[in-house]
Amino acid sequence: MKVELLDKLRGSIAAQQACALVTDTDNGQQCLVDSDGVDGDLNLAKEYLQQATQMIADDVSGQIEQTDLFVRVYGPALRLVIVGAVHISQALAPMAQLAGFNVTVLDPRDAFVRAGRLSDVSALTDWPDEGMAKVKPDSRTAVVTLTHDPKLDDPALAAALRSDAFYIGSLGSKRTHAKRLVRLKEEGFSDLDLDRIRGPVGLDIKAKTPAEIAVSILSEIVATRRRAAA
Amino acid sequence: MLNVDADPLDRLAEWKASGKNTALATVVRTWGSSPRPVGSHLAVNEDGDFAGSVSGGCIEGSVIEAALKAIESGDPVKLEFGVTNDMAWEVGLACGGTIHVYVESIQ
Repeated sequence: MKVELLDKLRGSIAAQQACALVTDTDNGQQCLVDSDGVDGDLNLAKEYLQQATQMIADDVSGQIEQTDLFVRVYGPALRLVIVGAVHISQALAPMAQLAGFNVTVLDPRDAFVRAGRLSDVSALTDWPDEGMAKVKPDSRTAVVTLTHDPKLDDPALAAALRSDAFYIGSLGSKRTHAKRLVRLKEEGFSDLDLDRIRGPVGLDIKAKTPAEIAVSILSEIVATRRRAAA
Repeated sequence: MLNVDADPLDRLAEWKASGKNTALATVVRTWGSSPRPVGSHLAVNEDGDFAGSVSGGCIEGSVIEAALKAIESGDPVKLEFGVTNDMAWEVGLACGGTIHVYVESIQ
């Protein structure tokens, strides 16, 4: 690979722009494909460019059948929005980062954010509805609410339900969750909408400590994403 | 954040900036069970330092060796690993899968 192409590729990844590096593994020629166009010494036939573009859309890397062309797709990072700078968040944020998520913690309570020692993640102290409007969850975003406080959790859940977030989870017992669903229903969400919310949150691994609960939540997020792709 | 995509590529750039020759290995195809998915990167420099992974550690040694050769020659090379490989005992995959790895120098 030419170092200029490597630099361009790293630029696209850093800018969270979906792109693909196409390599002719027979002669080493390469090109970078993104929404700006094609750059490199590999002259890609129109049909293969179309296939590469489709693979970017599907976020799937692989060989183009019957050719020596290998398409390596670099999709934008997955995101996790955690509502509530609580004890579980202190464990969940670094775990999710290790698993490849860009993490944002949303909590209007400054003191919680400071106490949360969340120095490595982006923290927003907006009210959840305003914060969610800034974050703009999409199909590569997971949202989990952990405050237990309807004033904070409910608006965040409502915003998540109006988005394409691939995972929505909410901490709380069965009883708390049932009450939450009643409130959201009064706001106009249907049963089908509300089915998207995982509650009680996380896989049932009998988690007790904040770190264990974080493991169960992250496991459920990974399972949701991978099962959807399988 | 540990970005599994960006990390090996960033290391390549760092090594390059410090004047070291480098190569990149990429999993281009897998059959059966394999420890790392298609697209996984292993970055290697001329000293044999590496970042990332193309397997759970089973074939890294051979891939690094091939990367050092690619750095010398400048030519890309395709490698194939699997249980039927002649060197199965040495570098075969305990999981029983097959992996194709593409190794290229950065120029």
